[in-house]
Amino acid sequence: MSRFEAEFKGRLGNFEVDVLFTLPQTGITALFGPSGSGKTTILRCIAGLTRLEGNLVVDGKSWQNSSNFLPTHRRPIGYVFQDANLFPHLSVRGNLEYGLRRIQNTQKTKLWEEITEMLGLEALLDREPSKLSGGEKQRVAIARALLSAPEILLMDEPLSALDPFSRMEILPYLQRLHLDLKVPIVYVSHDLHEVEQLADWMILLKKGHVIAQGSISELLANPQLPLARLPEAAVILEGAMQNFDSKYCLSKISVNGGSLTLSQNLGVVGSRHRLRILAREVGIAKSWQDGDASFLNVLSAIIVDIQPFGEQQATVFLCLGKQANGDVLLARITRKSCDVLQLKEGDEVKALIKSVGLVGVPTVDQAG
Amino acid sequence: MWEATKLTLKLAFITTLLLLILGTPIAWWLARSKSFIKEIIGTLVALPLVLPPTVLGLYLLLLLSPQGNFGSWLSEVFGSPFPFSFKGLVVGSVIYSLPFVVQPIRNSFEAIGEHSLEAAASLRASPFDVFFSVALPLARPGILTGSVLGFAHTVGEFGVILMLGGNIPGETKVLSVAIYDYVESLQWQKAHALAGGMIGFSFCVILATTLIERHWRKKSNE
Repeated sequence: MSRFEAEFKGRLGNFEVDVLFTLPQTGITALFGPSGSGKTTILRCIAGLTRLEGNLVVDGKSWQNSSNFLPTHRRPIGYVFQDANLFPHLSVRGNLEYGLRRIQNTQKTKLWEEITEMLGLEALLDREPSKLSGGEKQRVAIARALLSAPEILLMDEPLSALDPFSRMEILPYLQRLHLDLKVPIVYVSHDLHEVEQLADWMILLKKGHVIAQGSISELLANPQLPLARLPEAAVILEGAMQNFDSKYCLSKISVNGGSLTLSQNLGVVGSRHRLRILAREVGIAKSWQDGDASFLNVLSAIIVDIQPFGEQQATVFLCLGKQANGDVLLARITRKSCDVLQLKEGDEVKALIKSVGLVGVPTVDQAG
Repeated sequence: MWEATKLTLKLAFITTLLLLILGTPIAWWLARSKSFIKEIIGTLVALPLVLPPTVLGLYLLLLLSPQGNFGSWLSEVFGSPFPFSFKGLVVGSVIYSLPFVVQPIRNSFEAIGEHSLEAAASLRASPFDVFFSVALPLARPGILTGSVLGFAHTVGEFGVILMLGGNIPGETKVLSVAIYDYVESLQWQKAHALAGGMIGFSFCVILATTLIERHWRKKSNE
C-alpha cells in the first residue's frame, strides 16, 4: 500500500480540480501537464496552502479529511517555490536556520553539515539573499526546505525562473537529491526534458484531472497518451553497463530486448543508467546486414502501433526484441517512408538509432 | 517654556508607544482580512485625517466627561476624570494620530505579499510566529514612518488639545498651546523661540527618517 494517498475535488474560480493519486515511497514524481492543468494548485493542496475538499493521508496520518484540515505549519513538508522566495531580511545562514530552529531533531548539526555540503553552500552562508545569483538563490531555497527535515519535498517548477546557465548549474544538485534523499519528491514542471532527466514517476494532468500515472518510461511510450504525440517525443530506457570497449571508448548497455552502444565510458560493469532516445533520432529498416552503414545501434524490433503525426510524418511504436517483450521505442519517420516500406503492425524491423543520450545519474532501486 | 516642551515630548512618546502597540495589530488585520467590515474599520481609523480637530475634541469631551456613563466609569477606574488632564490628552492624541501610524504600517504589511508568509508557514512557523519573525521585520520601513508621523503629529497637535485639555501648565499646556498663549499676550520673542524650534525639530525628524529609509532600501536592493 502506498504511504501517500491524495484526493482533491473542488473549484477555484472557474477552474475545476478533481484528482486522485498515490505517491511511491521514494523517488521523484513529476506532476506534469500544460499550463493551466492544475499542477501548482495540487502541490499547494498537498502543502495546505490552498484548501479544496479532499482527503490526504500520509504515512497513515490524515492531513486532511472532511472534518479535519492540518494547517501548513503542522505538515512535515518542504516547499521549494518557483522564485526561491528567500526572506530578504535574513542572511543565507538566517534563511537556512529558519526551518532548522523550528523542528524537533536531535541531530541538527549533522543535518546542517549534510545539507549545506550537498548543495555547496559553505561559501555563501554570510551573504545577503539579494547578492546571490538566481541559481544560488534556488540552491539556498532547496537547502532551507530540506533543513526543516521534511517527510515529503514539494518543488514548484524550481528551474523555470532561471536562465539556461543557472539551470545547468542546478540540475546536478537535483540529481544528487534524487540519489541521497530518502523522502519522496513531488516535482511540478511543464518542461518534458527536465522531467525526463529527473523523474521516476509521472502524474499526467489535463484541465484539473489526472489522465495517467505510472513510471515515466511507461507513460512516455504509451500510444494512448498525448506524450508520444509531442514534437519532442522520446523514451527513457533503463539499462545496466555490460562492457567497455577501451579501443574505441564505447560502453555497451543492456536494456530489455537488446543492447545499446554509447560513445563514452560509463564506469563499472553492472552500474545502472538512464538513457533517452528521441523519436526523431530513430529510423526504421526492413532488412539489415551488419557492416552496411555507420549506425552503431541497430536493434531488432516489432511494430506495435503506427500513428499519423501531422501531414507528413508518422510515429511508429516499436517493441524491442524478436518476441515483442522488450522496451518500447518511438520512431518518427515520414509517411512516405511508411508507405514505401509498407510498414504495418506486427512487422519485424530494425530500429536504427542515430544517437542515445544519457540523462540523470545512475539510478537507484526504484521499487515503490 | 521648558515645562511645555517636556510635557509635549512626554505626551508624544507615550502616544507613539500606545499607537504602535494598538496600531500594528489593526494594520495587520486591515492588510490581511478579506471581510467587508475591514473597510468600515479602515474608514473609521482614517476619519481623523479629514475631521476638524474641534469636532473630534468636542465628541471626546462629551464621551469622557464624568457626567456621562462611560466617562464616569472611566474616572472611577482611573481615579480621576479624563477631560482637562494629561490622561485625556493621551486618549485624544492616540485617536487623532491613529491614521498616521496605521496607514504606513498597513502599506508595508500589504507590500510583503503572500510569498514570504507562505514560505515561513512551510518552514513550520505558526501564524503568530510568522507575524513576529517575518511580517514585523519586513514592515520595518512602515513602522519607522508610522512612528515618526505619529510622534510629529502629536507634537504639532492643537485643536483636540485645546478642546479636551484646556491650558493647564504642567498638565495640559503643550507647546502648540503655549505658542498660542504667547502670541495672545504679545510675547513675540518667546513665541518665536518655540515656533522656530518646532520648525527645526520637524525638519530634522523628517530628514532623518528619509535618510534611514533610503539606507534600508539601498541595503535590501544591493
